[in-house]
Amino acid sequence: MTRWFYKVHLRFRSLFRTGHVEQELSNELRFHLEKLIEEKVANGMAPEDARYAALREWGGMEQIKEECRDMRRVNYLENCLQDLRYGVRMLANHAGFTVVAVFALAVAICASVTIFAFVDAALVVPLPYPNPGRLVDVTESVAQIPRAALSYQDYLDWKRLNNVFSSFDVYAGSGYLMKTSGGTQPVRAARVSGGFFRTLGITPAMGRDFYSAENAAETGTVVLSHPAWEKWFGGKRDVVGQSVTLSGAPYTVIGVLPAKFQFAPLGRADFWTTLEPLNSCEKRRSCHNLNGVARLKEGFTVQAARSEMMSIATQLEKQYPDSNRGQGASVMTLSEAIVGDIRPILLVLLGGAGLLLSIACINLTSLLLVRSESRTREVAVRRALGASGHRLVRQFAAEGVVLVAAATVMGLLAAGWATRLLIKLIPPEMAPGMPYLDHIGFNPRVLAFAAAISLVTTALFALIPALRLWSSSLRENLVQGGRGSTGMLWRRFGSNLVAVELAIAAVLLVGAGLLGSSLYHLLHVDLGFQPDHLTMLEVAAPSTYAKDPQMIALGRQIVSRIAGLPGVKSAAITTRQLPVSFNGNTDWIRFVGRPYNGEHNEVNERDVSPAYFTTLEARLLRGRFFTDADDESKPQVAIVNQALARKYFPGQDPVGQKIGDTKLSPKSLKEIVGVVDDVREGPLDAEIWPTEYLPFNQTPDTYMGILVRTAQAPESMLPTLQAVLRQIDPDIGMVNETTMAERINDSPTSYLHRSAMWVVSGFAALALLLGVVGLYGVIAYSVGQRTREIGIRMALGAQRRDVMRDVIRQGGFLVAVGLSAGIVVSLALASFLTSLLYGVRPADPAILITVSAILIGVGLLASYIPARRATKVDPMVALRYE
Amino acid sequence: MGKPTDLVQGTLDLLILKTVALQAMHGWGIAGRIRQVSKEVLQVNQGALYPALHRLEQSGWIKAEWRESENNRRAKYYSLTPAGRRYLEQEESNWKRLSTAIGLVLEMS
Repeated sequence: MTRWFYKVHLRFRSLFRTGHVEQELSNELRFHLEKLIEEKVANGMAPEDARYAALREWGGMEQIKEECRDMRRVNYLENCLQDLRYGVRMLANHAGFTVVAVFALAVAICASVTIFAFVDAALVVPLPYPNPGRLVDVTESVAQIPRAALSYQDYLDWKRLNNVFSSFDVYAGSGYLMKTSGGTQPVRAARVSGGFFRTLGITPAMGRDFYSAENAAETGTVVLSHPAWEKWFGGKRDVVGQSVTLSGAPYTVIGVLPAKFQFAPLGRADFWTTLEPLNSCEKRRSCHNLNGVARLKEGFTVQAARSEMMSIATQLEKQYPDSNRGQGASVMTLSEAIVGDIRPILLVLLGGAGLLLSIACINLTSLLLVRSESRTREVAVRRALGASGHRLVRQFAAEGVVLVAAATVMGLLAAGWATRLLIKLIPPEMAPGMPYLDHIGFNPRVLAFAAAISLVTTALFALIPALRLWSSSLRENLVQGGRGSTGMLWRRFGSNLVAVELAIAAVLLVGAGLLGSSLYHLLHVDLGFQPDHLTMLEVAAPSTYAKDPQMIALGRQIVSRIAGLPGVKSAAITTRQLPVSFNGNTDWIRFVGRPYNGEHNEVNERDVSPAYFTTLEARLLRGRFFTDADDESKPQVAIVNQALARKYFPGQDPVGQKIGDTKLSPKSLKEIVGVVDDVREGPLDAEIWPTEYLPFNQTPDTYMGILVRTAQAPESMLPTLQAVLRQIDPDIGMVNETTMAERINDSPTSYLHRSAMWVVSGFAALALLLGVVGLYGVIAYSVGQRTREIGIRMALGAQRRDVMRDVIRQGGFLVAVGLSAGIVVSLALASFLTSLLYGVRPADPAILITVSAILIGVGLLASYIPARRATKVDPMVALRYE
Repeated sequence: MGKPTDLVQGTLDLLILKTVALQAMHGWGIAGRIRQVSKEVLQVNQGALYPALHRLEQSGWIKAEWRESENNRRAKYYSLTPAGRRYLEQEESNWKRLSTAIGLVLEMS
């Protein structure tokens, strides 16, 4: 035990008090030497002779010292420290290039680690439920919408008839107006079937969850989310059993969900209630408003479940031809349903980061190669003095290690900061749907990824100089000004690497160009209306407005009060969804006077107030707009959009025709009174669906989306609007106040396209910078090597411009090779990008030409500067240069 | 004086340990004592002695101390540690067993 103590103490001394230890060694050996001399003198030798004899007997003092040092067993560590110190000094000598290379590698590491963190959080981390691989998303499917919604009546049959799910539940997003001391507060909610939480495998943190539907259908109970419990119920333990009023009805709190619970499709739902009491939509088989989630039984795959559900759907189609014609089934894993949309973007960004990392590594490699060239003589001398190859390789490896370590530390710090920044930049509309990003950070996988990058790059930077050393001949390098043939090989390799850098830069530039062009097309897509100066907000009327006449009166009052405000040009209501949201909320129509096979003609339905189209400034093509007189005392009317007219009335005038529901029941018959030019009701990159517009005064609702065209800045109107609405009825709930411009900008498609574009552009800019710096370095080095040759040529009569042309040609060759390779590769890779592109083909000539122009221009500039310097060389100086 | 014999490393360690077991000594003293006691047969070379001393020190069998020597000069004195003492006993008995065995083989006719 004490022996170990000694050993450690000695190692410590050797490491940290090296000077002292060395001095002791010298003293010890000198003492012995002097004793030897004394002995010889005592035996009769002359002092001088005695000294020489003693020294000869000793052999080499240094060798003995070295052997003693070896015994200290801290040699390895000492040498490594020495290598590191030396490495740092060498790098500091070439501060300029070192800084650029380290900076580039740090940025590449930051980008890769950040994007990997996102990929990890979204795509790799499994869903936070027990056995998440067995959870599937189950809905109905129609030709136009592969993943549509499920109807309650169909759900009951699907649940009864299937053999593949051990449990099967449904959910729908919702909203309530919660009564608080200060009035009403709109809250996000969810309505779920009784076994929903059990299917997911979640148990509440407090209280209980719902009884399953097999038992009595439960109503009037609510489960709180953890944040809701903390925010509105003070986080008190006695919350179970408390009562809360939601939209005029009393609910008893029966439980609180765990803090970490998340369910992405429902965002940040705070109040969870059962489906009972069923609303009017759920009582009809033909109305689809739910989504399903199920757990697969042991031994069943997703494909098996899908085919089973499709055959059940076919069965129901035969049984209920009226409502179920064309309704199929969609079954996919739950994680696919949640992240399927953003997977392509994340993988593209990861690929881009990988390219950037490659370019940074290549840059660093060529830098190290070039520097190892200039040290060949130093290495040869050290070798001749007896340094082992191993030791020399370690010296170069130490430089690589220092570079990579510095870059990794900087990169990781930047990555942490970048991750937080990117999360903050997600628009509030999208953030609740991405709860998997809540726990993004440096978990073990991300750290392992960063470590892997560091190790690979370190190995790379250690191996390259090592290979260089291996292949060089000792004699060649010792000769003054020698230029061995192997040196040529490596030098050419080093300069050709720049072509690879330029190729990668070209690929990234093309990618950035394509994404930018997509974004431009997306944002300038035809909307069918004027998006500027439009304020929007969504309003929920309290349950006191139960009957149609009350809702209609409220709607009229809201529109007239708002339209009367100063600064408001016009106002309107739409009850389903505001424009630029999504294609959905549909109706099945049938045409009077046409043969009918039971097919479902699915069109968007929007119930709008008379001033809707004028507020939007949409164009009327035929017929008329609604007026306030079109109410329930008059026959029902409808306006259709151009898409519907083209699809169902090709070459005819729809005005005057009648449409109705699938049974053409008398109460549903409507006369078409106008055709309006397509208004973009759905997202920016989707096609425009056929749409029918019905007057609000004939089909009112308590949920209303309000559109206001303002004279001045739309944001400034919002407080006034809210005040007016509160005056009309203080219990009205208001959400999602925004402007049309903001909605378009922040819509998911434009956000995703914009983010992808910015990130890839950033990569491309950095890659371009690195490529150009690399090119400059290579040309400058080459010119430096050829100074003597240039001097001779100029002395023999070569003109300045010949020399310049020569140098620029060398640069131009590298650019040409890099550019062509890059364009070929980008065309090949473009197929991966097609799902992200909008309105632009991968082989867009304008983009390719622009990228070529940029690279050629920048490349020529990078060649021109060293070329000019070459021609300024004085031939006499050059001739003497070695 | 006979020709100095080459000593195997392990054997040299044993000799050094035995020498400092009796009395703390510096390198010069150790070499001299070994030469003296072996009647000039074993002459330890400095190139072997000092590395061996340092190795034994690093292994913890001996410890060192700077003291004033006979003629008032400072020298590094080595002495045995308790662990070294145990190690010496062990190696001594191994050596005795080994040399007995060799002797038996050499005596066979």
